[in-house]
Amino acid sequence: MTLVKKNLGWVVFFAALALFPLVVTNPFYTSIGVYSLLFMAAATSWNMFSGYSGYIALGSAVFFGVGAYTEALLSIHWHVPANGDLFWLVPLGGVIATLFAVPIGWISLRVRRHTFVVITIAVFFIFQLSAINFSFTGGSSGLALPFITWTATDFNNPFYYAGLILVIFITLVSAFVRRSRFGLQLLAIRDDEDRAMGLGVKVTAIKITGFTMSAFAIGCAGAIYAMFQGQIYPQFVFDPTFDVSVALMVFLGGIGTLAGPLLGGLVLESAQQYLTATYSNNSLYLLLFGALFLIVIMFMPQGVVPFVRDKFTKRGELERAAVAANDVSSPSGMTSGTPTEVTA
Amino acid sequence: MSTLLHAQGISKSFGGLKALQNCSLTVEKGKVNGLIGPNGSGKTTLFNVITGYVTPDEGSVTFEGADITGARPDKVFALGIGRTFQLTRIFARISVLENMLIATQHNESWVKGLIRSKSTKSEVDNAMALLDFVGITRLANLQAGALSYGQRKLLELAYVLVSDPDVILLDEPAGGVNLTLINNIAEKIRLLNQQGKTFLIVEHNMEFVMGVCDQVTVMHQGSSLTSGTPSEVRQDPRVLDAYLGGGDDDDDDDLREAVANV
Repeated sequence: MTLVKKNLGWVVFFAALALFPLVVTNPFYTSIGVYSLLFMAAATSWNMFSGYSGYIALGSAVFFGVGAYTEALLSIHWHVPANGDLFWLVPLGGVIATLFAVPIGWISLRVRRHTFVVITIAVFFIFQLSAINFSFTGGSSGLALPFITWTATDFNNPFYYAGLILVIFITLVSAFVRRSRFGLQLLAIRDDEDRAMGLGVKVTAIKITGFTMSAFAIGCAGAIYAMFQGQIYPQFVFDPTFDVSVALMVFLGGIGTLAGPLLGGLVLESAQQYLTATYSNNSLYLLLFGALFLIVIMFMPQGVVPFVRDKFTKRGELERAAVAANDVSSPSGMTSGTPTEVTA
Repeated sequence: MSTLLHAQGISKSFGGLKALQNCSLTVEKGKVNGLIGPNGSGKTTLFNVITGYVTPDEGSVTFEGADITGARPDKVFALGIGRTFQLTRIFARISVLENMLIATQHNESWVKGLIRSKSTKSEVDNAMALLDFVGITRLANLQAGALSYGQRKLLELAYVLVSDPDVILLDEPAGGVNLTLINNIAEKIRLLNQQGKTFLIVEHNMEFVMGVCDQVTVMHQGSSLTSGTPSEVRQDPRVLDAYLGGGDDDDDDDLREAVANV
């Protein structure tokens, strides 16, 4: 019970998400909910590696696409019946994406910072081009999944709850990582990789593990997306704007935090879906996003969640006091001991 | 006294620059060993070679009789060689206590880190005791980036001590801090040395070196010039030449004075 009390905010948040499709039954809104949940899961998973370690990966769409194609190919070739059984393939999509992440991480994590970003983008385009040109992926016409014949009113809910389970799962994993020794080492790598190495952190192993772990939930999200769409195209599942969106969601909410990616994913994806559908004018949401980002960058460059935390919590207060007192170079503990003269 | 750490005939070039040329260094067990020399004489490069950050072109490094030449930094640290950096390096965006906990994993498999929590009670107690030792306990829960330069120096010393290394390499522990803190750091080094810790210290503050070191090695242009007790070294005319011959090196004003005033 104390666990529930301690995390009351989280319980309320996830309960509200779970109740949403029961209260709002309009398929227009629940389908926005499905997309939002998938992006919340992807952003949380991306943050679990890139946010904690500081290695900004812009090739996560590879895992999304691999998950989507795994779902499509397996459901077609294994003749999975077009009903709830399709959901059993979702974890497989995650596993295959994770397997792909091992060699990608092994190669791209040999370099740092900007070079790493460029390498991940390059890897992404290799995958996109492969999906367009190979015959087993259906080429540029993509693949059609088994057609699910649920009624329009009930269609969205299974996908919505699958997405919600994924979000809860990856949030728990991310919280666990943040509290684990492994997570501490990722944070150490973010702050100063060479120094961490000099304190015994096995940086290569830690980085590849983190990178690989973050692929799983993104692959699962891709698999759910493929089912939800019923038809996938290489340019939409291997989509460069997916990478940018996920990164922006995390930056907006607060990189390295637990609530930030969820908030960013929820706000940005639902706003984008809503505006695109309502005004059928693609450039309007971009205009609003531009304004939103300007505001965030100008007033809370760390993101919304760290801004609120630092502004209103005790911990933030302490830190501001310490920063203000920074010019005092000697800590209080020092004057207590008698300083001994150093004699030549 | 036995030799704990030994560098033999180390050479290292960066492009056309010969940072180290046939440089040798012996660190005696249980002593405070000093390493001095004009700026650019290769002291930090030698540190980097010993701790695995730089692979030497020639020569070997042995620690307790075992060859550790070219071993990775994390391996070197796990063997019992801790170091600090000239420009103090801490982990700015995690708490001071979390900084202290990073080194606790040095002797366990990284896979174990996936399933265990950040720290055990005994690890936290040990970290707090060490923070108390350097006098910054009250800052434990602050983000380390909020610390002043002097406090960072103390934190860097403390988190290296977490793994209980046999030898600690300090790169300019007295650089850029006020006199009170210099004396404080010197006192900590003496205390730790009494507890059996071996030190290798790079320092420009001659008063500090003469005050804490039992043994001093002088480097000049990438090679070790001479080695001996502090009083032997400062009477060596070659040492005076090395410093005074530098001419254009303004940073060594205090050194020149200190050496010449003997």
